[in-house]
Amino acid sequence: MTQKIQATNDFVVKFANINGSGSASANELFARSMLRMGVPVSPRNIFPSNIQGMPTWYEVRVSESGYLGRRGGCDLMVAMNPQTWDADLKEIDAGGYLFYDCTREIPASRMRSDITVFAMPLTQICNDAYTDARQRQLFKNIIYIGALAALLGIDEKAIEQLFAEQYRGKEKLLDSNVQALHMGRDYALANLDCNAMGLKVKRADKVGKRIFIDGNQACALGAIWGGANVCAWYPITPSSSIPETFDKYCHKLRVDPETGKHNFAIVQAEDELASIGMVIGANWNGARAFTATSGPGISLMTEFLGLAYFAEVPATLVNVQRGGPSTGMPSRTQQSDLLQCAYASNGDTKHVLLFPQDPKECFDFTAAALDLADRLQTPVFVMSDLDIGMNSRLCDSFEWDDSKRMDRGKVMTYEDLEAGKDFGRYLDVDGDGIPYRTYPGTHPTKGAFFTRGTTKDRYARYSEEGPVYVDNMERLQRKFETAKNLVPMPEVKKASKPTKFGVIHFGSTSPSMNEALDVLERQGHALDSMRIRAFPFHASVLDFIEAHDHVFVVEQNRDGQLRDMLIVECGIDPAQLSSVVHYDGTPITARFITKAIASRLALFSPLKEVAQ
Amino acid sequence: MTYIAKPKLHHPSLQVNKAGYTRRDYEGPVSTLCAGCGHDSVSAAIIQACFNMDIEPHKVAKLSGIGCSSKAPTYFLGGSHGFNTVHGRMPSVLTGAALSNRDLTYLGVSGDGDSASIGLGQFAHIMRRGVNMTYIVMNNGVYGLTKGQFSATADQGSKSKKGVVNSDAPVDLVGLALQLGATFVARSFSGDKAQLVPLIEAALVHKGAAFIDVLSPCVTFNNHHGSTKSYDYVREHNEAVNRIDFFTPGEEITTEYAPGTVQEVTQHDGSVLRLRKLHESYDASDRVAAMNHLQKHHAMGEIVTGLLFVDPSASDMHDHLNTVDKPLNQLGDDVLCPGAAALEKINASLR
Repeated sequence: MTQKIQATNDFVVKFANINGSGSASANELFARSMLRMGVPVSPRNIFPSNIQGMPTWYEVRVSESGYLGRRGGCDLMVAMNPQTWDADLKEIDAGGYLFYDCTREIPASRMRSDITVFAMPLTQICNDAYTDARQRQLFKNIIYIGALAALLGIDEKAIEQLFAEQYRGKEKLLDSNVQALHMGRDYALANLDCNAMGLKVKRADKVGKRIFIDGNQACALGAIWGGANVCAWYPITPSSSIPETFDKYCHKLRVDPETGKHNFAIVQAEDELASIGMVIGANWNGARAFTATSGPGISLMTEFLGLAYFAEVPATLVNVQRGGPSTGMPSRTQQSDLLQCAYASNGDTKHVLLFPQDPKECFDFTAAALDLADRLQTPVFVMSDLDIGMNSRLCDSFEWDDSKRMDRGKVMTYEDLEAGKDFGRYLDVDGDGIPYRTYPGTHPTKGAFFTRGTTKDRYARYSEEGPVYVDNMERLQRKFETAKNLVPMPEVKKASKPTKFGVIHFGSTSPSMNEALDVLERQGHALDSMRIRAFPFHASVLDFIEAHDHVFVVEQNRDGQLRDMLIVECGIDPAQLSSVVHYDGTPITARFITKAIASRLALFSPLKEVAQ
Repeated sequence: MTYIAKPKLHHPSLQVNKAGYTRRDYEGPVSTLCAGCGHDSVSAAIIQACFNMDIEPHKVAKLSGIGCSSKAPTYFLGGSHGFNTVHGRMPSVLTGAALSNRDLTYLGVSGDGDSASIGLGQFAHIMRRGVNMTYIVMNNGVYGLTKGQFSATADQGSKSKKGVVNSDAPVDLVGLALQLGATFVARSFSGDKAQLVPLIEAALVHKGAAFIDVLSPCVTFNNHHGSTKSYDYVREHNEAVNRIDFFTPGEEITTEYAPGTVQEVTQHDGSVLRLRKLHESYDASDRVAAMNHLQKHHAMGEIVTGLLFVDPSASDMHDHLNTVDKPLNQLGDDVLCPGAAALEKINASLR
């Protein structure tokens, strides 16, 4: 008999459901109840590009140690979807647990003997208790949450408190939900052997003041606190909830109290070409404008991005990356738009990218991107992804310094022009490659210029002369150099002992990477790590690579795009960097990274012996 | 040669308008378009209209796409900010600019390739949104900068300079603008300044999406026999529905006309358009009738010009979005950033 998994506050539960059945909110309730017990959890919704009837999964990582990435594997499967039964069953780790609806009998041939099974006739219970079809479906979800609470030892008061907050003022709904929860609990206590469950949740104190929010909402809030007041967008998964949340909070926070008029404008454009066009027009005219999209949208925006780069118009874009190429995997995650965004458009074009690791950085970086775009007068991308964007994640509270002001960059005012300051739109006055601009309508006789995507001289006059063109391109390169010291710096985590091996990672890989580093260290593999937070790369990136014999670059795309960029931009010998890539559309797991790096390190060990 | 400024010297007795500018102050550098290009006449009409309307040049933003027509804004209103965007996408940039600062006058300049071919989608949507602007298409039925290919407004059966006959049906931008809800729709001819200047004047003060399709012959690639966009062809087939007298707010209207021959329209700003009817039954306030008239006369081979439709009480995009009166680009941190205390409230709701 396989050893049963025994774990307290450290396990993975996976729910297999059918989309459109209301399971997502019940499952989130399950996750949040543990947060209320002071136990960190990180849930992930793995959903189809569909509205109703397709398989969907919800995976909850419970980790008192605070590992918020995917671990890999599954300790308890809540199998609610007959369509995916066989695959779901297979996924359970040996010694793990299965909870399922036994209203319809499952033949023994489709069961496993190395797991512990909890069977509950959920459909039968619902059919007996409710007459309405929708109620039968929705309350089934709550009933199984009640049963799981009994099995795992979740404090039902925590769940009831969440209900009370959710249904404040809607007593009828509150009562019926609590009733369903109790129905599940009571059944489990009376009919299931709760002691056979080796996974337990125990109150802890590991959540603290952290907040639970998804990256898209965080980006929207970052845009508001960062001062954006024009948003143009086109619906695309997984980014649509950014402008929608921006809209929601603008109506709460940005309506003029006296007139009821809006201190903001949000336009749902006809396509992504138009949305970036509007963003460029609004920024050119002095407003702070942004858009949110995903890879296919960036494809459409590419021509305009070249214009914004060359004509030097600020623009803030949030790219919530999904699986590509083409329509790819619209509802699955990847980090595969790096090359696309870094070099979007024809000619020698380069763009600034920011890589948030969690919702906290989604908030911070979106606000920062608006400042950077104005400061650098160029497009700035916040490179989020579906894993961060659409999953609620535990992260540090948002913070704001009330003394902070928007950085509008180098803008010549009426007074500057009146005082006779020399205005050359593309004149590098300060040696940082960043010229001054004027907003339209500033001065009756001074400061007007023609913005264009064709070549121009320092005073914005059309010119086709080679030296004039080169002069401008070199200044743009200087400006990009300036950006290196304005963007968020990389973060380095040293191993507990000196090591010749390093790891570079970025964005949503971070929580799994952190867990993998700890596991690797316990296994005797010490690695220094660097989390890159922006492109262009800061000088310290090259230093980090040079300080190690070999560096693994962990990323969620097929081609090792960050590795490519490091090789090209920092002039690294390709042999010094090896790719660890995970790109099946599910978020990378700690177990995957651990295994991949440990096996590669094993290949290095003979060399190490020779060297010694 | 890439850029030649015109000499600043001018006759001291040159007339000054109420804003304190001479007509020369509305000019730009020397045009690089072909001698005789219709577009230069349109530029001259824009200059005249802005001068007549006492518009401050720096309060105008002129935006264009790509093509000969889109080069034209360089050659007028040198004191205005201009934006030569990408091909067919001027409407979105203009929309964004208009969102940002509702106080400027927006002039969109485009061509038939830019608006009817590559940019048809954006053309449609800017009309739908009611962006407060004057959108002028310099329409010559041909690609000039790439040397003589048909554009989407070329008539079926018309012949290119090389003798190729166009087999595709034409896009009628005026018909589209009417259908899509533009609130000021006109067609004119670059060779008819008397008609064009008051149309531009009226469009500039119209609140809402104003569209003027200007037939503007291409002397180099589309002015031959067999073309339906040549000077000769347009002159021969021009059927104006009305002539316009434009009166700024408060201006005295003197001449009297027989009843039924004139339609007067008072716009949002108090300016008056007096339409002298050339087609007795034509009613410029009836959108559906305008579309019918246009279709009927197009089938007869006529080019219908004049002010085809105007809704003097139109609303614009800012009305639809309920934005504040102050331009959005002038709002500061105090209005835009809710601050630390409000953020802490949000934090508390997320625990």
